[in-house]
Amino acid sequence: MSVGIVSYGAYIPKFRIKVEDIARVWGDDADILSAGLMVYEKSVPDLDEDTATIAVEAARSAVSRHNIDAKRIGAVYTGSESHPYAVKPTSTIVAEAIEATPALTAADFEFACKAGTAAMQACMGLVGSGMVDLGMAIGADVSQGAPGDALEYTAAAGGVSFIIGNKESEMIAVIEDTFSFTTDTPDFWRREGMPYPEHGGRFTGEPGYFKHVTGAANGLMEKMGTKPSDYDYAVFHQPNGKFPSRVAKMLGFTKEQIKPGLVVPWLGNTYSGSCMMGIAATLDQAKPGDRIFATAFGSGAGGDAFSFRVTDKIDEVRDAAPKVQELLKDPVYMDYAMYAKHKGKIRLA
Amino acid sequence: MRDVAIIGVKNTNFGEMWDRSFRDIVVEAGVGAIEDSGISGEKLDGMYVGNMSGGQFVEQEHIGALIADYSGLSLDLHIPSTRVEAACASGGLAFRQAVMAVASGHEDLVMAAGVEKMTDVSSTAASAALAAAADREWEGIMGATFPGLYAMIAKMHMHQYGTTSEQLAAVAVKNHQNGSMNPIAQYKNRITIDNVLNSIMVADPLHIFDCSPITDGASALVLAPADIAHEYTDTPIYVKATAQASDTIALHDRRDITTLDASVSAGKRAYEMAKMTPADIDLVEVHDCFTIAEICAIEDLGFVKKGLGGKMTEDGETAIGGKIPVNTSGGLKSCGHPVGATGIKQLVEVTQQLRGDSGPRQVDGAEVGMTHNVGGSGATAVVNILSRKR
Repeated sequence: MSVGIVSYGAYIPKFRIKVEDIARVWGDDADILSAGLMVYEKSVPDLDEDTATIAVEAARSAVSRHNIDAKRIGAVYTGSESHPYAVKPTSTIVAEAIEATPALTAADFEFACKAGTAAMQACMGLVGSGMVDLGMAIGADVSQGAPGDALEYTAAAGGVSFIIGNKESEMIAVIEDTFSFTTDTPDFWRREGMPYPEHGGRFTGEPGYFKHVTGAANGLMEKMGTKPSDYDYAVFHQPNGKFPSRVAKMLGFTKEQIKPGLVVPWLGNTYSGSCMMGIAATLDQAKPGDRIFATAFGSGAGGDAFSFRVTDKIDEVRDAAPKVQELLKDPVYMDYAMYAKHKGKIRLA
Repeated sequence: MRDVAIIGVKNTNFGEMWDRSFRDIVVEAGVGAIEDSGISGEKLDGMYVGNMSGGQFVEQEHIGALIADYSGLSLDLHIPSTRVEAACASGGLAFRQAVMAVASGHEDLVMAAGVEKMTDVSSTAASAALAAAADREWEGIMGATFPGLYAMIAKMHMHQYGTTSEQLAAVAVKNHQNGSMNPIAQYKNRITIDNVLNSIMVADPLHIFDCSPITDGASALVLAPADIAHEYTDTPIYVKATAQASDTIALHDRRDITTLDASVSAGKRAYEMAKMTPADIDLVEVHDCFTIAEICAIEDLGFVKKGLGGKMTEDGETAIGGKIPVNTSGGLKSCGHPVGATGIKQLVEVTQQLRGDSGPRQVDGAEVGMTHNVGGSGATAVVNILSRKR
C-alpha cells in the first residue's frame, strides 16, 4: 500500500534575535560567526510559547490546509528534545487541541533533531498497514543553548506537522521510500534534569552529522537505484547553513536543489523541526511531478532519508495555510535582555 | 661517552583520531620505528616515552609500563620502559634520556617515543590540562592559559622590535605551505596572510591561525651505538648534540619575556657539543606552538639577530629554499601538536630530511639539522643536532 503526505503545517514564533546581538554580549566576532555558521538570526519563542503550543499551531495549520476531519487521525506522535513535561505527553495536548481525541493513540518521540522524522516513519507503518486511517507526525522544539555556548547562536524555536495517509487521491506527495542509518554515537546529549545539552565539539561533525547523513542518503539512493540528478530538490538537517551545504556537495546535489529548503540562515536551528521545516518550505513551491530528497539527522546518532514525489493535489492545498517564507516575514527583533527573559534565563526571586 | 645514531623512525598520522586509542597509536609508531630499523623488538634494551598528560587527557598514568605491555615487550621479555615528562618538551627530553642511556654504554638498542591523545576530551578540558604546564599558583590560578601568555610575549615583541601581525601570520602561511607537502600533517591546506588576519581572535594579537591545534599522534625512533649502526641501516643519522636547559616556570619572572633564555642556553650548549655554529645548520624544526614562538626561536637559536625574526620570515628566508628552512614538517601549526609526541616528531622529520626521504619538501643537500622543543612558556628547552656525517 502506498503512503504519502496528505497535509502539512508549519509554525515559527514571530520574535528574532540577531547573531550580532548575542555576539556582543559574549565578546565574539559576529561577522566571522555569521559567515562561518551561515546563520544571521534565529527565532525566539514568546513568553508563553513552548514545544506544546508550537506543536499545536503546526498541527492546526496541517489540519486546516487540507480541511482534514481530525477524527480520522488515529495517531499523534510529537518528536522533540524540549517536551515541556518529562512525564506526560505533549501529543495528548496536541490531539485534544485539534479535537482528534479520544479514539487514537498518542506518544512522544525523542531522537535529538530527528524525532519528528522518526515519528513520520512510525506513521508510515501505521497507515501503510491499515491500522489507522491518518497519522500525524510533528517535529517541534524550543531548543536550549547554554548562555555563551556555540549552540546559543543557532538554537531556535519552531515546529512542523505532517499528516500521513494511505489514499493516493488525498496525497500531496507520495513517500516513495525511506531508509535509516543508526549507530550509538554520543556526539550531543542532555542528561536527565540538566537544563542545557552538551556536545562533543567538532565530534558532532564528521563522526556525527556527516557520517549519518551520508549513510542514510546513500543507503536510500542505493536501495531505490536513484541518483542526485533524479531529484528536483533536496533538504538536509540544518543545524547551521554550512553543514547542509557541505553534505549536499559531498553527495552530489547542487546549490539550486537545496536552495528552497535551506531556511536556517534567517530562522536558526529548530532541532526536531529543522529538516521538516526544509521539506515544508520546499513543498510550498514544488510543482506536481517534482521529486524531493530529504535526510534528517539526530544526534546519538542517526539519519532518516526520504524520497518524495509531489502529486497534482499540491496545487489545491498549498495556499490554504501559511507558507514557511510567510512565517519568516516581518519578524519582531529583540535584544539579548528580552531574549534572556523569553528563554527563562533570568531567574526571578 | 659513545657516539649515538638513529637507525629507525616512524610518525603516525597526526590529527583527530576519534576511532583510535592512546595505546593503539603509540604501538603503531613503535612498531613502525622497529620495522624501519630492521631490528626485532626483543633486542631493545630500554624504552623512553615522552608523554605530557595521559592522566588528564585519557585518565591513564603509568604510561611506560602500558606501552611496553601493548608492544609485547613486557610478558617474558620485561624490557624496562620509562615515561618522561616535561610538558610539551616531553618528547625531546625522552630522546635525550635515550641518547644518554646509549652514550653511557648502559644500553645499546633503545627506543625513544612520544605520544599524546588530546581529542578525547573537550577543548575546554584540553586547555585546562595544557595550562598545567604553566605556574599553577602564579599563572594558572589567575586564569592565564598559554594563548594568553604567548600573546604577552607577542605584544612585547611588537612593542620592542616593531614585529607586525603580518609577520606573525607569515609564519603560519609558510608552515601550512610546508605541511601541505607532508602526508602525516593534520592540516594540509594552504592559507594566506588574510586568512590568518581574518580568523577569530584568541588572545590579542594571536588569531586562531596563529595557534597550533589540539592533536592526536605518536612518533618513535630507535637508537644504536654509532659503531654498530651500519649493521642495521645504510643511512644512520648521527646525534651530534643533545642539550637541555631550564628557566623560571612563570613568564613574569623572566629577565626579558621576548627571549626564551632556556632556548638560548640549550642552543649554546648544543653548538658547543657539536662544535658547530648556526651557519652549519641546514634546516631546523622549532617549537612553533604559536607563531610568535617560531620568531623567538629562530632569534634565540642564533639564526637571526634578536628582533629580526619576523622580518626574516616575511622575507622568505625560513621557507624551503631559503637561507635556513624552518619547520619543513609544517611545524606544530600545520603538522599538529600532540604535545608529548612533538619533540620526537621533529627528530623523525630531520632524520628523514638528512636521509633524503622527504619527497616534495626535501631540503636539497641537507647534511646537518637541528630540533628545538620547548616546555611551557620556556621553562624547559631541549635542542638536538643531527648529522649525516659522524
